[in-house]
Amino acid sequence: MSREQVLARVRAALGDTHERKSLPAARPAAPHYGEARMAQFVERLEAHACTWERIAALDEVPVRVMNWLAERQLPARIAVAPPLAGLAWPDDLSRHSDKAGIDEVSAVSKAFAAIAESGSLAMYSGPDSPITHNYAPEFHIIVLDAADLRDNQEGVWEMVRATGAMPRALNLIAGPSRTGDVEQTIQLGAHGPRQVHVLIVEP
Amino acid sequence: MSVYEGTFKSRSDEALHNPSLQKALRNFKPLFVAKRADAVAALEGFEQLRETAAAIKDAVLDNLDEWLERYASAVEAAGGHVHFASDAEEARTIILDICKKADAKTICKGKSMVSEEIGLNEELEAAGYKVVETDLGEYIIQLAHEPPSHIIAPAIHKTREQVADLFEANHPGRPREDTVAGLVGEARTVLREKFFQSDVGITGGNFLIAETGTSVIVTNEGNGDLTQTLSRVHIVTSGIERVLPTLDDLSVFLRLLARSATGQDTECYTTLSTGPRRPGDPDGPEEYHVVLVDNGRSKMLGGKFREMLRCIRCGACMNHCPVYGAVGGHAYGWVYPGPMGSILTPLFNGLAEHYDLPNACTLNGRCQSVCPVKIPLTELIRTLRSEQVKAGLMPASQRRMMGVWGWVARNPGLYHALERFGSRLLRARAGKSGSIAGLPGAGAWTSVRDIPAPDGPTFLETFKAMRGEK
Repeated sequence: MSREQVLARVRAALGDTHERKSLPAARPAAPHYGEARMAQFVERLEAHACTWERIAALDEVPVRVMNWLAERQLPARIAVAPPLAGLAWPDDLSRHSDKAGIDEVSAVSKAFAAIAESGSLAMYSGPDSPITHNYAPEFHIIVLDAADLRDNQEGVWEMVRATGAMPRALNLIAGPSRTGDVEQTIQLGAHGPRQVHVLIVEP
Repeated sequence: MSVYEGTFKSRSDEALHNPSLQKALRNFKPLFVAKRADAVAALEGFEQLRETAAAIKDAVLDNLDEWLERYASAVEAAGGHVHFASDAEEARTIILDICKKADAKTICKGKSMVSEEIGLNEELEAAGYKVVETDLGEYIIQLAHEPPSHIIAPAIHKTREQVADLFEANHPGRPREDTVAGLVGEARTVLREKFFQSDVGITGGNFLIAETGTSVIVTNEGNGDLTQTLSRVHIVTSGIERVLPTLDDLSVFLRLLARSATGQDTECYTTLSTGPRRPGDPDGPEEYHVVLVDNGRSKMLGGKFREMLRCIRCGACMNHCPVYGAVGGHAYGWVYPGPMGSILTPLFNGLAEHYDLPNACTLNGRCQSVCPVKIPLTELIRTLRSEQVKAGLMPASQRRMMGVWGWVARNPGLYHALERFGSRLLRARAGKSGSIAGLPGAGAWTSVRDIPAPDGPTFLETFKAMRGEK
């Protein structure tokens, strides 16, 4: 009902006779970094207050995660993304792969892709990647396969198109949650994670 | 609402003499401007991006009916619902109806200027819902029962002490926090519970993508994500003009938005939401609704102000506006302040009711020089003024003055004589200081700033002297 009304108003405003402009033929080229792609990515990660380390294989994830939790004296409890659940986790680490709850302290996720241009990690929601793992915990560790790093957003859109559908949520994350709403003073950990650590798997 | 009482003039007067507001404005101005300048300088081809963004917007607006239909079909194909609202009242009714059907009690909100525009919170609260703003700035002004004073930094007019007072009064049983870290931590704890209780989550939509039926929000806090992910129902409120064709078009706008708004290369979170949760998904909302609000936009589309519909709500125009910098956002009398508000507010709410807004502009043009979608803001403000004159809205005293000035200007001898007299009078009044602190009849002007004194001889006299004439 209102749909027709609003569309009719829009059509009336545009008129039938005027020539309608078409979209620009080209957009400015998106940045490319060639050999420096990874260097650009980690430079941006650091600029957004993320920490990162390089590992040679996925098997190293449990040890790195345990070290990271221990360094911060965090409880031995973590939400683990399903694709990482089969790794050799120590028995004394309590873990689950369900959605994150209100008391969630830490989570470890697997990124769908990453963007060198902006140092962003792309999370593709679904059974393998609960959205709440990205936002509810105070500490977030994200595992990135170096092969999934793209120069720019457009490269990630291509990867998404190749999956055949948009997920419910495609979350691009560039650093810990922050706010400047009190006197323009930047404060990390507004609602989402206070710290984001990236494990880059590069054989 | 109380801060909107009076006229632009009376509110500006109050703002100029409000020490805590002036302190807040002094802190804010240089920061946003400098950060934007650095971010823009660090990116090659920023100007090209602006040109392209403006061209994309113009092409979409020229074919808006088609893009809206394509977008709506894509949302529905992904399992979402699209609602069109012709005006604010209809938008409120649609949203109330969704909340009723969802049997909601608590409603969390991410930041949305459209929801401010349609006066949603009052309506929801009147219907008995618990409404919680979750953006920290919006939360602060919700506690203060005030509207936003800036479109991306809604509580920019509040000092830290004022925020501490508000939290102390509204969070019983918690110790008073006085540091920024303490205040942010307190809000985090209080709001976390609300997120997990939320039945309906309402967010804005910075961009709507026709290719995929996606709504996009950008935030730094992550509040919009917790809002939409933890609620059973996600409602997106957006204007009909926010559609973009493809994800690749989105990239052009994302490169412009954060740099123009806060001077960041990207906001912390960019979220693309498409439909409700899928079978097998562990989390995400069960229902996804988009409410597309017209509320006067189709009228703008057909008239002289179409270019204003390019606006992506970044706030760069107000950050660079000397008038906004002096009086802050509330003086503008509605939810959209600064240069963009000086155009939108009279168009939405009446040229007569908001007569002062376009006329308060100095036409210095800084706003349009930083606008990421190249809206000719000063041109549109000038057009608004001429529409006001045509509609007979210019006050009689001003019309008389313009009449006298026009007559004098048509008599060059008299004009130059008066100019010589005035110039020398002001020079004499200034004495050695070079500026005039007070002038009879101009007290309102000189109470907040000094008038720079003229040099003495007029331009024409100097010009003639240079050419050796006498």
